[in-house]
Amino acid sequence: MLNALADPMLPAPFRVLKVNRETGDTFTLTLAPAAGEPGFRFAPGQFNMLYVFGVGEIPISISGDPDQPETLVHTVRAVGAVSRAICGLKRGETLGVRGPFGVPWPVTKAPGWDVLVIAGGLGLAPVRPAVYHLLARRPQFGNLELIYGARTPEDLVFRQELMHWRGRFDFRVHVTVDTAKGDWRGNVGVVPNLISRARFDSEHTMALICGPGVMMRFTVQELLNRGVKMENIYVSLERNMKCGLGLCGHCQLGPVFVCKDGPVFSYDRVRDWFLLREV
Amino acid sequence: METLEPILAAHPFLQGLDSRHLKIIAECAAKVNFNAGEFLLREQEEAARFYLINSGQVSVEIFRARGGPITIATLVEGEALGWLWFEKPYHWHFDARAVHLTRVLALDVKALMQRCEQDHELGYALMKRYAHLLAVQFRVTILQLVDFYGK
Amino acid sequence: MPPTFANLGDEAVLDIQGLRQLLEVLGNEGYRVLGPTLRHGSLVYDHLPSIDALPRGWGDEQQGGFFRLRPLQEPRFFGYGVGQQSWKQFLYPPRRRLWQARLQPDGLQILPVDEDAPKFAFIGVRACDLQAIAVQDRVFLEGPFIDPHYRARREQAFILAVNCGHACGTGFCASMGAGPKAASGFDLALTEILEGDRHYFVAAVGTERGRQVVSQIPHRKAEAAEQEAAARTTAQAAREMGRTLDTGDIKALLYRNYENPQWDRVAARCLTCGNCTLVCPTCFCHTVEDSSGLTGEQAERRRRWDVCFTVDYSYLHGGSVRATPRSRYRQWLTHKLATWIDQFGVSGCVGCGRCITWCPVAIDITEEVRAIRESEESGVRGQGLVTKQKTENDKRE
Repeated sequence: MLNALADPMLPAPFRVLKVNRETGDTFTLTLAPAAGEPGFRFAPGQFNMLYVFGVGEIPISISGDPDQPETLVHTVRAVGAVSRAICGLKRGETLGVRGPFGVPWPVTKAPGWDVLVIAGGLGLAPVRPAVYHLLARRPQFGNLELIYGARTPEDLVFRQELMHWRGRFDFRVHVTVDTAKGDWRGNVGVVPNLISRARFDSEHTMALICGPGVMMRFTVQELLNRGVKMENIYVSLERNMKCGLGLCGHCQLGPVFVCKDGPVFSYDRVRDWFLLREV
Repeated sequence: METLEPILAAHPFLQGLDSRHLKIIAECAAKVNFNAGEFLLREQEEAARFYLINSGQVSVEIFRARGGPITIATLVEGEALGWLWFEKPYHWHFDARAVHLTRVLALDVKALMQRCEQDHELGYALMKRYAHLLAVQFRVTILQLVDFYGK
Repeated sequence: MPPTFANLGDEAVLDIQGLRQLLEVLGNEGYRVLGPTLRHGSLVYDHLPSIDALPRGWGDEQQGGFFRLRPLQEPRFFGYGVGQQSWKQFLYPPRRRLWQARLQPDGLQILPVDEDAPKFAFIGVRACDLQAIAVQDRVFLEGPFIDPHYRARREQAFILAVNCGHACGTGFCASMGAGPKAASGFDLALTEILEGDRHYFVAAVGTERGRQVVSQIPHRKAEAAEQEAAARTTAQAAREMGRTLDTGDIKALLYRNYENPQWDRVAARCLTCGNCTLVCPTCFCHTVEDSSGLTGEQAERRRRWDVCFTVDYSYLHGGSVRATPRSRYRQWLTHKLATWIDQFGVSGCVGCGRCITWCPVAIDITEEVRAIRESEESGVRGQGLVTKQKTENDKRE
């Protein structure tokens, strides 16, 4: 007889406490264990495998505050069968959670550094826990800036929070969109181009990047141009995942398994594979 | 009278230019302010001035008959606006409006071109900066076209 | 109880009767005794009620895309090589239910599968497959997470290896350091010897468990001449082996050649059927399938072997990462022979040759590596992006 607790493939039931609509197709769910010990501990950048009864399971980054482990927060965009089912869950319904998995953002190494957080699209969700962590310990860091881009103003997630962060005097927040109609008073342009507006000491800057592959490639290039060292640039990668444990093989990127060796990697570790095609 | 050379020298677009050239450019420059909503340039108008932004925010727009203006780029301090003035037919292809109070250095394009013709060293120095602007703009445009947030 | 001579590391001699009793002892100890049998003209690992079920007097002929059983002139019990199956189907079953779920009024309930892991005895494990089991051990038992089901089966499995007396047609185990002689990882390892009228087995004792089993059957200590006969047998197999794979610097070789035109040539032949992954004794990729009952109150998740040659395998919303056959074949071969070394500290290939035999278009992994190596030597190496970038960056720095 196997010990059920020892089987990392078994999900634990969690109950939906709250659902917030972020954009037309993106929702933030607040969850708590349906039974047993309350709370969920994780490190910024880690992810869970979320299971919807009878539909399937997908990897989703945790988007909540690691210092508030009473609830578990996920932000999900409805693009496939499972993510649509997750977004369709109502308050009080349950889903399965396995995790947390993966290597977190290197926030524990950040004290004494300037930190640039750069996100595109829904990529803000996986870096939001890192932002919470950094802001809660703000005096430990040098310059702290967030560059966030989306396709249009309607696609921006966490708008209230962005405005709240903008109101702080110790955190520069740049928000940009690819295109906007007349009533948008914010910036229009692509994320990589905004790096020229950020202030940082490239020698002592750590960059945390999460977004679409093209955006990350160009962003990394701009950072390298600005003199940020490859080993201080961190990217969060995305791959097909079935287990989250490093056993199913799906998330391989050359020699690494994104689920257990990542999803967060220092750029120098994955550069060669990151730039190869169809690998 | 206040000289514009230090302000010009401080602008990233002209960084590294020697003082002789700065002096020539200063002869073509004027400080101009735009209030929120004022146009810095308009589509089809003659490209008479080239702007170096010192403060504020400018949105570059295309106007659609139905649906109104759509913003395609935002420029802020340290950036340059109006980079098509070297190219025929010497008129603007877009609109650019101040989002809020915006202070710029306006360079007289005709005067500037004349001086570039007279002094090819100046012309080359400006052309290099110009080529860089175009290269950056080209990359940015491609990235916008790619729509990398797409579903 | 017959007297026992065998100690760990010793070699004992059994006769045919001894082999018969050995299987009986394993059966009596509660093992499910599994070994090669003949079914519909092919070699299948199945329950062995006795040694009479072994394909005695049969051998095999294997080439790229070709497998035939053929009768031997000798009454050998183990006169064939490996078939399309490997032992991974028992330790890591092709399909397995992971858990069931129920939707109760108060929500989701997950029900673990209560399974008493079967206790297997594998009869006739070849050196290549021993190595393959060791490779899968690293995958399933040595990471941050382990597969507890694999562990339960693996820990109980009794392994009776058999050394190869002739080389199978497509194998290259010697190149991969896996065979033809079983070096470790067995409880007992037999070498079958036919000399004139004598037909006997030299049994190397690998574990205490193996020693205990031998101690229950008639045997005696092997004499020097018998040990020499056993050594000659495996040496013969090594000599016969027709294929080689040069593993020198192979990781760097393949890392340098991600853009080699050879990938296009092999992709033009590859059907992306995935046979190679299914017959490979080390391939471990799997996917999960969720389903629910008609009433919507029950659901379950099953795991099944997956194939990296499908478009779905690398699907991310929006499309597949490896959309072309070229990139999928490259992934398979490069994983097997190069990235595997970075991932698990060992090659993913044991040289069993199954991927060559069972490829419907006879793609030969050893030939593919050779072609890449030769293209480099002849100076027409394709753009190895990895190297190219390094050079560019080196210049920049």
